[in-house]
Amino acid sequence: MTPYQPPQGRTGAQCVVDGLLNNGCEVVFGYPGGQAIDMFDKLYGSPLRLVLPRHEQGGIHMADGYARATGRVGCAIVTSGPGATNTVTGLATAMMDGVPLVVIAGQVSLGLIGTDAFQEADNTGITRSVTKHNYLVRSVDELPRVIAEAFFIASTGKPGPVLIDIPKNVQQAITFQPDVQDVAIRAYHPTIQPPPAQVARLADAINKAHRPVLYVGGGAVISGSCPLVKALAEGFDIPVCTTLMGLGAFPETSPLALWMVGMHGSVAANNAIQQADLVIGAGARYDDRVTGRIADFAQGAKIAHIDVDASAIGKNVHTQIPVCGDLRQTLEMLLPQLVKADRSDWLAQIAKWREAKPATYHPREDGKLQPQAVIEAIDRSARATGRPVVLATDVGQNQMWAAQFFRHTEPRGFITSGGMGTMGFGVPSAIGAQLGRPDALVVSVNGDGGFQMNIQELVVAVEHRLPVKFIILNNYRLGMVRQWQDLFYGGRHSATILSQDGRPDNERIVADEPRYLPDFVGVAQAYGLKAARATTLAETEAILAEAFADPNPWVIECIVAEDENVLPMVAPGAALSEMILDRDN
Amino acid sequence: MQKHILNVLVENRPGVLARIVGLITGRGYNIETLNVGPSNDPTISKMTIVIPGDETVIAQVVAQLAKQINVFRVDDVTARPHIDREAILLKVSTRATGRAPIIEVAMLFGAKVVGVQPDALTIQMLGSQMQVEQFLTLVRPFDVLDISRSGSVAMIQE
Repeated sequence: MTPYQPPQGRTGAQCVVDGLLNNGCEVVFGYPGGQAIDMFDKLYGSPLRLVLPRHEQGGIHMADGYARATGRVGCAIVTSGPGATNTVTGLATAMMDGVPLVVIAGQVSLGLIGTDAFQEADNTGITRSVTKHNYLVRSVDELPRVIAEAFFIASTGKPGPVLIDIPKNVQQAITFQPDVQDVAIRAYHPTIQPPPAQVARLADAINKAHRPVLYVGGGAVISGSCPLVKALAEGFDIPVCTTLMGLGAFPETSPLALWMVGMHGSVAANNAIQQADLVIGAGARYDDRVTGRIADFAQGAKIAHIDVDASAIGKNVHTQIPVCGDLRQTLEMLLPQLVKADRSDWLAQIAKWREAKPATYHPREDGKLQPQAVIEAIDRSARATGRPVVLATDVGQNQMWAAQFFRHTEPRGFITSGGMGTMGFGVPSAIGAQLGRPDALVVSVNGDGGFQMNIQELVVAVEHRLPVKFIILNNYRLGMVRQWQDLFYGGRHSATILSQDGRPDNERIVADEPRYLPDFVGVAQAYGLKAARATTLAETEAILAEAFADPNPWVIECIVAEDENVLPMVAPGAALSEMILDRDN
Repeated sequence: MQKHILNVLVENRPGVLARIVGLITGRGYNIETLNVGPSNDPTISKMTIVIPGDETVIAQVVAQLAKQINVFRVDDVTARPHIDREAILLKVSTRATGRAPIIEVAMLFGAKVVGVQPDALTIQMLGSQMQVEQFLTLVRPFDVLDISRSGSVAMIQE
């Protein structure tokens, strides 16, 4: 294939389109506006597929879901002022989870910057702490280089979002600068090759360890290290727990799988960490949702940490064996230095802990549908299709149940806002994922709270006939906060009851309104989706079977019990060994 | 809490200063003094940042700074052989004491009188962090009207 050749002498707006194409972009999520019209004018008739979200936040999450599902850079274009400020939550979400994005924002003309012009905002100032890097382009001659740099920065080292702010007169100005092929940024040299001495220290520690645990995060997925993680675990009898972001990095069906670690982690994972003599962090960042009370974290263990981001090492937990470098290269260097060891006692102990399963729930006597059972039904029905499955989630209880009750086996098969915990991520990220993975069955799991935060994007699924199956676990509650209120705030349900019944006095609503708003099935149908409501497990399974076989997007509302909790749970500030296992203790 | 002196080499471009300052303050750390100027290479600026914090905090600040796209290198010069200097200008009222006792203190520190007004002296002093603090301790009993400080600059001696 001959590379796309831009014509000589072109506007800044044309540079944007050329730059996107020359950097491998195939689909761009764009919402136009006064200061972005020139770029959209050049998109008109270009080979770039343009998807119009219905809100800029939705557009960024779509680009994010696309990037997470494919490993490619997600791209978006927005206008100045509110268009750009609406991207902030999406940028922060991508920043936290290391997702490569290039977001291009229109800006008022250079001469108007600083005058409080119409739709002017200080985009580089506002987005500085939620981007890996950002640019305000002051001359059209810089633009081809800036676009190439943006893709390079977004996709190398620990990936992240890059914002390019382009004033309107720069979009309109003519340049004769060609597109840049080889990027060299003087001060940016992401660490790739780990120091051999540190890898040797790690190998020595593993060889001497009696009770090692691999603690694997999203970095394993990003760096393409999952086969090496598997080789390390299976070759040397090392059990594996994963973070939320690491789900799918190691097949949870393996007898070495400890499942997820941390606040809602499994008994097996949390016990193994606490009893280990060596914890090997691999592309994970020992964050507070994983460690519980730091003082009591893995007290008997040496801590090793492999991370491409030097600032992540030693940030939360004191690290004896730091290895700064790309995980794949590190594991390639490490594996030949390891020797087989007899860890049968440790594996026997692991097998015992594994009997507790990743998570369990008690059957109810009142016959209400249980959200955990819905996730298990999704797992069964999705697997029965024989297709690759991508599960995208929103945030809260739905997210944790999807983490716990779905068996994650494939990298890039679980898409979730881990670090930022962004409600409203579930709907648009699934749409982006389906655009990038047309072969996959994409299922979006949501609560009734987050589903309404970007519900407007349902129309995009219909317009592009993206057959995402949107599940709503409707418990008439903002369930995770309700759970915390029950466990730690004396059951005072402030602002978490979305139905009419059970609200505190100061949140009372007009008495003759129906019990719950909105009618999600009605809303979904109005957007043009197929929709159904289930109140029993049998209904759920029947609808899932029909929907999963259908080439159209669906909304499936499951009315679930309002008082189910995500368990096990390590209370905030408690140690991993102090798990709440069921509702009664 | 120990003060650390960080030397940071950055690309000399618009927005870099704001990025560095925002990074430090946004993570809840406090900058005591900050000095920026061109380095030997005019396309590279050298920043000297004085920041109080324990070793863990400073190690985190250094790592966060080092991963910025525009940052070439970060050195915590505190624990290494180095020379640090700060310039201060100080205006002292001479109404109560006359000029002589103020000039005497200034001379002890090698400071210079650089401005004379009918009822005030302006003194220029150059010294290490420690010398500057000692000098200020001795002149504070006089009627100090105004102080301008440059913030520290530092150079490693290895």
